[in-house]
Amino acid sequence: MNLLKLAWKNIIHNPLNLLLNLVLLALGIGLIHFIFLLNFQLKDKFDKNLAEIDLVIGAKGSPLQLILSSMYHIDAPTGNISINEAKPFLREGHPLIKRSVPLSVGDSYKGYRIIGTDYSILDLYEAQVATGKKWQHLYEVTAGAAVAKRLNLKIGSTFFSSHGLNDDEDLTHEHGQFKLVGIMAPTGSVIDQLLLTSSESVWAVHDHESGGTAEHDDHEHDHDHSGHNHDHNHADHSSDMSRSHLLEHGEEEITSILIQYQNRTNFQALSMPRNINENTDLQAASPAIEINRLYDMMGTGTKALQLLAYLIAFVSAISIFVSLLSSLKTRKYELSLMRVLGGTPSTLFTLIIMEGVIMALLGCLLGLILSQTAMATWTEALTDKYNYPFSAWQMHGKELWLIAGSMVIGFLASVVPALMAYKTDIHESLSSSN
Amino acid sequence: MLQTQSIAHQYKGTQRFHFPDINCNAGETMLILGQSGVGKSTLLHILAGILQPKEGKVQINDTSLYNLSGSKRDKFRGKEIGLIFQKPHFVQSLNAFDNLILAQKMAGQSPTPQKIKALLAGLNLDQRIHAKVHQMSQGELQRLSIARALVNEPGLLLADEPTSALDDANCTEVIKLMQSHAQKVNAALIIVTHDKRLKDLFPKTIELK
Repeated sequence: MNLLKLAWKNIIHNPLNLLLNLVLLALGIGLIHFIFLLNFQLKDKFDKNLAEIDLVIGAKGSPLQLILSSMYHIDAPTGNISINEAKPFLREGHPLIKRSVPLSVGDSYKGYRIIGTDYSILDLYEAQVATGKKWQHLYEVTAGAAVAKRLNLKIGSTFFSSHGLNDDEDLTHEHGQFKLVGIMAPTGSVIDQLLLTSSESVWAVHDHESGGTAEHDDHEHDHDHSGHNHDHNHADHSSDMSRSHLLEHGEEEITSILIQYQNRTNFQALSMPRNINENTDLQAASPAIEINRLYDMMGTGTKALQLLAYLIAFVSAISIFVSLLSSLKTRKYELSLMRVLGGTPSTLFTLIIMEGVIMALLGCLLGLILSQTAMATWTEALTDKYNYPFSAWQMHGKELWLIAGSMVIGFLASVVPALMAYKTDIHESLSSSN
Repeated sequence: MLQTQSIAHQYKGTQRFHFPDINCNAGETMLILGQSGVGKSTLLHILAGILQPKEGKVQINDTSLYNLSGSKRDKFRGKEIGLIFQKPHFVQSLNAFDNLILAQKMAGQSPTPQKIKALLAGLNLDQRIHAKVHQMSQGELQRLSIARALVNEPGLLLADEPTSALDDANCTEVIKLMQSHAQKVNAALIIVTHDKRLKDLFPKTIELK
């Protein structure tokens, strides 16, 4: 019967009190941890997919939307730009640009985006083909690891794309059957979630849609997507994946261009976005600036929630304090008895502190389990909605801080009752209850 | 075993108690009788090392009780003095057995489960070893508190009004039980009470006035 065991027995002797304290602290700690997990996961996703992209060029509109749609693939694109306009940035040998990646966004298959692009995207995300080969001919597709796994796609699988970015049966294109020719190795970045094909394949699908004629001007366009209205005989030269070949289609459209600078600190490079925004019909957005703006917006909501969480944790400290104090009153005789049996004042002090700290520790562990469970449940919903794999059940250093923090809460809540137990006048308490 | 010298105590703003000197040898039993208000509980607490008297000395064997520091006195009491109270109180969250283990732990002794079981059997409590204390009857608790007072084999047993709630038959039985167990471990037994029924059961009586 050591003190720890006695403290434990005393705690569970009053289960309702225990429950109240545990629930309160678990809510507080759980909420703090959950907010942390969510923030961590979001930032992790955003940071991983920065992929050293310095600039995104696309149609005019919201810069954040341009970034979200072109880099994170979670929003609709701002519109399309013609290759002629974009030519300076796509051409090889631009003195400021190390790498540029053209993207044609607008179609999807079962909620996964089909991106018309060239092989430069593989270098950008450091992706490699694991099985099969890279897309080359018309309607050939190479799938990201996560898409292939989730949709159970195999080499040779065929499918029709769907117009727009949501999974909508009614908008399925009936021409241009895509064929899977390769699957990439997992990278942990957004490319795992994409279906890659050539820009021409995307154009070709839409050429068929509009009947291969030039009547496109009467067409209502609800969705932004690239190259939907040009009559070309792609079959002739569709296997040519070179950049110069892409530039020959000056009148076709793409959605955006991802750009890496030669040298980030070059003064001319720094003024490039402003030049583009002021002097052309294009829009240039810097991911670093836009993502920081997004963090700021998230931060306000997070702070309010965090404040609430700390408030609950504080209330739980009061609750532990009150329950220890009231148990002290009912156990006055019991505590004097321990002194009669040979316990010293420090023994009683330690006992009460132990009770407070154990309760706090239990509440904290319960809270951590709670937040991890909530995260695990939520990640499935997040993964379904955004096609992003969020992982629950990760340990960070933060848990240790929370555990240490709750022990401090337990100590602070029990220190006054413990001092009162320490100072018990056993003669008085034994006499009064006799 | 136990010797006191001119003990006197005074609570704030009340009259002063002067207590007669007490001399009690090992294995001896003794009754301290007195009406309420004559300072019975005060004397008992002084003898037990719970309340420091304003004057006088309490000597147990070679130790002068109030020359010990507070926590040393607590440890000394746990080991050398067994206390039995009028109302038997126990740690509610523990069962009968664990309450006795606690008594050993608090006194700084290593637990001796076999001895505890034998002790409980001797007090007819072997069926109640794992009972929660709130499930035990008043009589059982009374016997359990005797067991607790004896568990560390103290040199001195002090009992405060142990019989005031008992009928005549049970009263005699409990006293005989205490006396026989005290003698078994060769402990001095002092009972402080207002219960005149006990007068004939003790060879040595001190009356407080």
